Amino acid sequence: MDFYSILFWVLSVLAVGCALGVILSRNPVHSVLCLILTFFAISGHYILMNAQFLAIVNIIVYAGAIMVLFLFVIMLMNLNADVEPQKGHLIQLAGVVSGGILFLVILTAVKDVKNQSMEMPTTPIGLIENLGKELFHKYTLPFEISSVLFLSAMIGAVIIGKKDPAAAHAEN
Amino acid sequence: MPVSSTHYLFLSLLLFSIGIMGTLTRRNAVIIFMCIELMLNAVNLLLVAFSRMYADVNAQLFVFFIMVVAAAEVAVGLAIIVMMYRKVQSVDINILNRLKH
Repeated sequence: MDFYSILFWVLSVLAVGCALGVILSRNPVHSVLCLILTFFAISGHYILMNAQFLAIVNIIVYAGAIMVLFLFVIMLMNLNADVEPQKGHLIQLAGVVSGGILFLVILTAVKDVKNQSMEMPTTPIGLIENLGKELFHKYTLPFEISSVLFLSAMIGAVIIGKKDPAAAHAEN
Repeated sequence: MPVSSTHYLFLSLLLFSIGIMGTLTRRNAVIIFMCIELMLNAVNLLLVAFSRMYADVNAQLFVFFIMVVAAAEVAVGLAIIVMMYRKVQSVDINILNRLKH
């Protein structure tokens, strides 16, 4: 086994184990921490595949911003394992079985695809220079539209999240 | 055995299935939201693997846009969950079936 394979297997086991921790943990805070570890493992995969820019963005945006937002919301609501609602065992079993069936169906559908080694000579396509050139030449319009999406999401989040004026008035 | 594209296919399929199982088995709205993030990341991983396989930049830019949309989605979705918590003092999705009546 070479270095690449060892790193691949270590990161894969870490990602899958922590993903299982997300759905099995009773405490929501532990779920969030497991998900952050999963994102770090996926970032490690990006670095292995020579996509450095995406690895850094994944850490900054997902592990840094989005998961901190989740953590804030969970702490704001004071959720813990005691108040965690549970589904019935039958429904849980049905959920796991349907997920497993989906896994098997897609597995049989893709098991015959062309098997191509990932250890080809390194290409610089994942570097920020190439991605930036492509982004601002070919994808200028989607880039601008995504800025509008962000603005509308921000305004929407503020409007949804702020207190109802009538309720706030009634409290005073 | 050298690592091939099939390994990445199976890994992201596994992560996606775990996300599906979590969405179906949990009742806490925040955890369900986190499982959706997990599924988005599984798809991102597969796109990056294909980008490496075919030496194509476009797939990595798609991943970039998926991250943008996911960030916007999380902002609005968490605001909705906070609003729901203020109304009913719970994040249990079974309470939301009142929307049916």
